[in-house]
Amino acid sequence: MKKLLVTAALAAAAAFAASAASAQTLNTVKQKGQLSCGSNTGLAGFGQPDAQGNWTGLDVEYCRAVAAAIFNDPTKVKFVPLSAKDRFTALQSGEVDILVRNTTWTISRDTSLGLEFGPVNYYDGQGFMVRKSLKVTSAKELSGASVCVQQGTTTELNLADYFRANKLELKSVTFATSDETIKAYDAGRCDAFTTDASGLYSERLRLANANDHIVLPEIISKEPLGPSVRHGDNQWWDLVKWTHYALLTAEELGVTKENVDQMLKSDNPDVKRLLGTEGKFGEAMGLTNDWAYRIVKHMGNYGEMFERTVGQGSPLKIARGQNALWSKGGLQYAPPIR
Amino acid sequence: MSTLEISETASGREASFVRREMRAAEPAPSSEVGAVAWMRQNLFTGPVNTLLTIALVLLAAWVLPPLFRFLVTDAVWTGANREACIYTAERTAVGACWAFVRDRVAFFTYGFYPLAERWRVDVFFVLLIIGVAWLLNLRAPRRDLGAIYGFVILPIVSFILLSGSKTLGLPVVPTNLWGGMMVSIVVASVGIVVSLPLGIVLALGRRSSMPAAKLFSVIFIEFVRGVPLITVLFMASVMLPLFVPDYMQPDKLLRALVGIALFASAYMAEVVRAGLQALPKGQYEGAMSLGLGWFQMMRLIILPQALKITIPNIVNTYIGLFKDTTLVVIVGIFDFLKAIEAARIDPTWAAPTVSTTGYIYAAVFYFICCYAMSAYARAVEARLAVADKR
Repeated sequence: MKKLLVTAALAAAAAFAASAASAQTLNTVKQKGQLSCGSNTGLAGFGQPDAQGNWTGLDVEYCRAVAAAIFNDPTKVKFVPLSAKDRFTALQSGEVDILVRNTTWTISRDTSLGLEFGPVNYYDGQGFMVRKSLKVTSAKELSGASVCVQQGTTTELNLADYFRANKLELKSVTFATSDETIKAYDAGRCDAFTTDASGLYSERLRLANANDHIVLPEIISKEPLGPSVRHGDNQWWDLVKWTHYALLTAEELGVTKENVDQMLKSDNPDVKRLLGTEGKFGEAMGLTNDWAYRIVKHMGNYGEMFERTVGQGSPLKIARGQNALWSKGGLQYAPPIR
Repeated sequence: MSTLEISETASGREASFVRREMRAAEPAPSSEVGAVAWMRQNLFTGPVNTLLTIALVLLAAWVLPPLFRFLVTDAVWTGANREACIYTAERTAVGACWAFVRDRVAFFTYGFYPLAERWRVDVFFVLLIIGVAWLLNLRAPRRDLGAIYGFVILPIVSFILLSGSKTLGLPVVPTNLWGGMMVSIVVASVGIVVSLPLGIVLALGRRSSMPAAKLFSVIFIEFVRGVPLITVLFMASVMLPLFVPDYMQPDKLLRALVGIALFASAYMAEVVRAGLQALPKGQYEGAMSLGLGWFQMMRLIILPQALKITIPNIVNTYIGLFKDTTLVVIVGIFDFLKAIEAARIDPTWAAPTVSTTGYIYAAVFYFICCYAMSAYARAVEARLAVADKR
């Protein structure tokens, strides 16, 4: 009897999950009048509350951009802060419509968890920080150096792999929490500190003398962070993907928050297609044709978003690096809008 | 001396010394009173005490001055961003960054609650303080009304006030915008208010002779006590949504509230049961021989005594519950501590002492709340203990 009950419950759950997935997410979102966005519970530069309790950050702005495309109003977002553990369940159960929470795109998440990953909105990867006084300019020169690292993380494994692959001698000093790790580095327990590059920049500011430390150029692991949606609703997935591509295309074409209104009169066919003065690309996604205009009008292009949240306009001052446009040596590449 | 007189009697020159006034008492010897004596009696009574005293004084001399320097002398009180709290050429020592706490104190208190509606939270705080003062002050007038206010009116009014009501013209504020101290206090109050009555019912159920009630109580208590609170919250927030359709999903905060209240009730039930079992059998028999029914016996004879002897344990459970409320963070609710954690990672305020300052602020808040609870419990115990001393 008990077994029967459990089976029935699981089947019911699966049925509900399936119904949630195949439902037209866009219609549901329009009906609710707001986008429900799974966000980080606090990560410098990507999703964190400011003094007034407004969410700010690169991931947060992605959700606002999607809302701008749908509602022409970037404030129609309900942010649901999710911990690393409950983020996927929240998406699967339909509690959130989109998950933009510095989630690394991996094959297991893409396939067995029933998710679809959108384009990578931030290419992260593990990096190193050292004291300037060490006069080290490359991670390859770190042989024999002691490295502070948080124990039990993939960071620790990547570190060991990298040193072994490059035949460097590793003396790692491990700590249980990230706070202890950075404190130990600041106190001079080790020569170098390693974590994801985006984290390096925010931790650097926490040091007693931030300017005495530099982040080395090597990135030793791949951490592609991007938005994810439920498997099975392709229209919604398209919308999420093309929001990012619209942001990139706008940057490529030099369309900014400031000049987007003048750009409406542009003769450039690429700009015309992007801003919807030509073609019916928005309608194909269930949106209006000025969907990309709305995004840029409210949020600016990808470069503006980047600089505002994690780049030069923010205290983090992260360099574009891999996140520069493909035409400028980075990895950010948008398929053509046509 | 003026008090001594030589008196002459008529019969002759027989003189006697008669004291007419009491002699003023000598001051106690210096070994018994005064600061030195107090120290000798309390601090330097033997070699062990003397050593301990010296060790503690040295410890204080070692710890307190740097602490004071960090918290007050070197502390930064004003500033708009991290520039105020970082080391510079002219500022080589940076203590607590109180400027950060001042900048974020509204966020720590209200979380994401909309700016224009925060007065509602203030009103809630005031109503809560009135309720607490009315109920806890044993000399307050009309405490029967206070109980109705505290257990019926206050929860309803608070709910309407905090979550809003269209008919009353209060904009609805969904619970995902609640946060900070306000959420910690809401969660703790609900847990405290619900767990005692529910715990009493469960304890009575467990000692009942009715098999159904007894079995239910035992299973509930043992099951809930057998799993960690984190598991309860996690099940409520992660598993529950998979088993119910979208439109039936209870609110996230509500899930956590129910989880914490049930969890605390199970512990409270065992505390109350300990009190029930400590009462001698004669109390039950005496009550029954007076012809009291079960409810009268419990209400008039058993529970007042049982609860009295369990006050220290009840307060212990409450303090534990209050601190456990920080666990709601794992289901993504921004309680007081999480609000501080989220703010301390903000690069706008990234400076060496910002995290420490945030945690000190949290520690002060939790200490004040928990110490107030235990101080009140001590006062109540002292008052109730008068009966035992007679």
